[in-house]
Amino acid sequence: MTSKIRKILAGIFFTLITLLFLDFTGTIHAWFGWMAKIQFLPAVLALNLVVVVGLIVLTLLMGRIYCSVICPLGVLQDIMGWFGKKAKKNRYRYSKPLNILRYIMLGVLVVALVAGVAPLAALLAPYSAFGRIAGNLFAPIYQWGNNLLAMIAESMDSYAFYSVDVWLKGGITLIVAIVTFVVLFVLAYRNGRTYCNTICPVGTVLGFLSRFSYLKPVIDTGKCNGCGLCARNCKASCIDSKNHAIDYSRCVVCLDCIDKCKQGAIKYVPRTKAAAQTAPKKDADGSRRAFLATTALMATAGYAHEKKQKMDGGFATIIDKEIPRRKTPITPFGSLSAKNLAQHCTACQLCVQVCPNQVLRPSGDFMKLMQPEVSYERGYCRPECTKCSEVCPTGAIKPITKEEKSSTQIGHAVWRRCNCIVHSDKVECGNCARHCPTNAIQMVPQNPNDPKSLKIPVINTERCIGCGACEYVCPARPFSAIHVEGHEVHREI
Amino acid sequence: MNTNEMGRRSFLKKLGVATAVVSGASSLSSCSSDNKQAASGTQSKAGQGEMTYRVHPTNGDKVSILGYGCMRWPMKKNDQGKDIVDQEKVNELIDYALAHGVNYIDTAPVYLQGQSEAATGIALKRHPRDKFFIATKMSNFGTTDFDECVKIYKNSLEKLQVDYIDYYLLHSIGGGKGIETFNERFINNGLLDFLLKEREAGRIRNLGWSFHGDVKVFDHVLAMDVKWDFVQIQLNYVDWRHASRGNVNAEYLQAELDKKGVPSVIMEPLLGGRLSKMADHLVARLKQRRPEDSVASWAFRFAGHHKGVLTVLSGMTYKEHLEDNLRTYSPLEPLTDDELAFLEDTAVLYKNYPIVDCNDCKYCMPCPYGIDIPGILLHYNKCVNEGNVPKSSQDANYREARRAYLVSYDRTVERLRQADHCTGCGQCNEHCPQRINIPKEIERIDKFIEQLKQETL
Repeated sequence: MTSKIRKILAGIFFTLITLLFLDFTGTIHAWFGWMAKIQFLPAVLALNLVVVVGLIVLTLLMGRIYCSVICPLGVLQDIMGWFGKKAKKNRYRYSKPLNILRYIMLGVLVVALVAGVAPLAALLAPYSAFGRIAGNLFAPIYQWGNNLLAMIAESMDSYAFYSVDVWLKGGITLIVAIVTFVVLFVLAYRNGRTYCNTICPVGTVLGFLSRFSYLKPVIDTGKCNGCGLCARNCKASCIDSKNHAIDYSRCVVCLDCIDKCKQGAIKYVPRTKAAAQTAPKKDADGSRRAFLATTALMATAGYAHEKKQKMDGGFATIIDKEIPRRKTPITPFGSLSAKNLAQHCTACQLCVQVCPNQVLRPSGDFMKLMQPEVSYERGYCRPECTKCSEVCPTGAIKPITKEEKSSTQIGHAVWRRCNCIVHSDKVECGNCARHCPTNAIQMVPQNPNDPKSLKIPVINTERCIGCGACEYVCPARPFSAIHVEGHEVHREI
Repeated sequence: MNTNEMGRRSFLKKLGVATAVVSGASSLSSCSSDNKQAASGTQSKAGQGEMTYRVHPTNGDKVSILGYGCMRWPMKKNDQGKDIVDQEKVNELIDYALAHGVNYIDTAPVYLQGQSEAATGIALKRHPRDKFFIATKMSNFGTTDFDECVKIYKNSLEKLQVDYIDYYLLHSIGGGKGIETFNERFINNGLLDFLLKEREAGRIRNLGWSFHGDVKVFDHVLAMDVKWDFVQIQLNYVDWRHASRGNVNAEYLQAELDKKGVPSVIMEPLLGGRLSKMADHLVARLKQRRPEDSVASWAFRFAGHHKGVLTVLSGMTYKEHLEDNLRTYSPLEPLTDDELAFLEDTAVLYKNYPIVDCNDCKYCMPCPYGIDIPGILLHYNKCVNEGNVPKSSQDANYREARRAYLVSYDRTVERLRQADHCTGCGQCNEHCPQRINIPKEIERIDKFIEQLKQETL
């Protein structure tokens, strides 16, 4: 019964958090955005004390219920493990804890965060790993499904659905997501929660606390007949049925054991009652499965540009824009500085996933691997949008209002005469100036002595906020004649 | 009101009259006039009546009042994804049209990215040469070089697979820099002299010109010491007295031609479909008078109404268009004075809508920067007609209209071809026969869309 409640809750959390990564309309975020913000590591990075303390209290009260209900990666592994259990019943067995490995992994994360080695931290963070899987593997399927509905809606002249572009945002990130998914699937299919009890640093921290939790599942030695059914159904491999002992640092409180026990010997009870029952003895034997340590493959995969060869005859061919070589990369509005972003971001991809203007994509740069990067080939950071800042759970992108955004400078535009069509095609343009939301661009005659000469854009960098409207609408291709250079630290103008 | 109409309709059916001509408002008196009309042979069902023909005042050509315009042939995608004319459909349409009395076929070298003449030629080759009149044009917009121009003319004969052209036009004069451009294209290079000689030689049976734009050019060319066999003008019940900026009222043009006894060929009778795709209340207004006739039929009856009109061109893409027009013109039922006044009022109402005067002729295309100009303008018009162009965020249907506009915009026009990518270079402007200030309109629409997106309307 209790496990049923746990499963229902887990299902709700998992579905809604996954939808956070899939929903591109922003509706789900308005209601359930907090679900990303109560994730442990993001809350720590965001210095969100309320959440961190809340989760610690929860764990001290109920054990690692976080791992079976709130953590989407945990629930994902349960789903994967379900397939394993379908294939072979009672497949798990007790194994000794690998505490040294667990503490090393936790140590690595702490060092990585302190030293600012973002990619390492991003690889280890469970919520981010889930985000990458959801954003790179689930979202395209969701979007294709949506596009199919949009096609049907269009044929019925309905505006209920609109189609969205499905595009490869970052090759490395996709590969990391695939590798993570496959490794997790193999581990979870065979042994349940191996990842959570060997690699996951959050699991290690919570596991340390959960030893002392008030409520815990306890084996009643009086009722137990030693059949071992509980151990063979424990995804955390933490029940030593021979010794009637449970390793609470690894128990994720899934409560499956309670359902499995035909004798009714296991109960989820307060510590005081538990004291009445036998204490665990030292474990003698116990086999363990070999643990697969797999590192992500590094492969160079630039953005695959699909060439849009639309030979309608009636239309001029439009070639895709290419990413200009920016001296300083651009970081999103609200991220305050490159440093703040690098320090707080766990590369969960939530911002990348919700960006409706196709501006954010994961970085391929090693030191900022998979952290969001701004570029304007497919759209620009529109004035009415603050989605990424709303969803970020770690404080890497801090909440920002439209008004604040309009006076925050994340970069400045730079003009290149050689690319400008005024120079190359000898025609009037001024599209950059027309679309500048801060009126930072003026059009002036290129020949100071001839007021009738063609006009070129001049940029008042003091007014430019770096939103990229000019870069996006610039007709020069593949390289825009006007592009944005990022600023390491954002300024107010 | 609807129930009234229904009642009248069933009543008329009992009388055995196919189509009601309701010039008055109420039932009994109008019925008696219907009977008179019916007796004099005004039943209009496609294939039932006879096509109305007009006789050319000087050469005696018996021309069908419905002419086939070949600017809007059905297209399909070939293996490379390129738009090509759907020849099979063209053949069917031409066969059907000729079988129902259409005998004037109008094309031009520049139509459909240069594919129209060849496709039309293929379809017509399957019919005896004396069963149709072919019209094509000197579309020397890109060059004024004599040899190049002659090549355009020779090419037309070849592509159409004919030895002579019945009606040959100086294509779209009145644009550019007015008389100066006209002289450059036809006088200074000796091209007109050449074409006149071709007429003498019989390879051009009739020589004329099509006109858009500067009235000075119209007056100047009409007054030239040349015998013009016909002139092609834009005429419809809106342009009759309410021509858009830069164009001339058709009432004037037609009167000038009548004075000279030069027959007119009518283009844009339906303004590229704008006079059939109208706002709901205009549709209701027209349908209320003649519930069983199409909205377009009003425009065609108007275009063919004037005695000096030789034929009315319609670019019929679909069989249904063709059938509907055949129904209207077999035979043509003249407009009553009351109906003329009614159409004039309708034109005034039509002009109240912020519709862009785009007829989807695609002369402006391809835009060198890839903008889908007609796509953007027509989408805007469609939204105006459907009431999806809100004036402010306080409008009752603001949210639905906003969504409808933005979603359908992305569906209709590729993102990189949308209004925000217009450079404003203005290279399109000189090609627009409707003299739309295209960059200005595109910018206006872009600003509107920005307001929708930013919710600052």
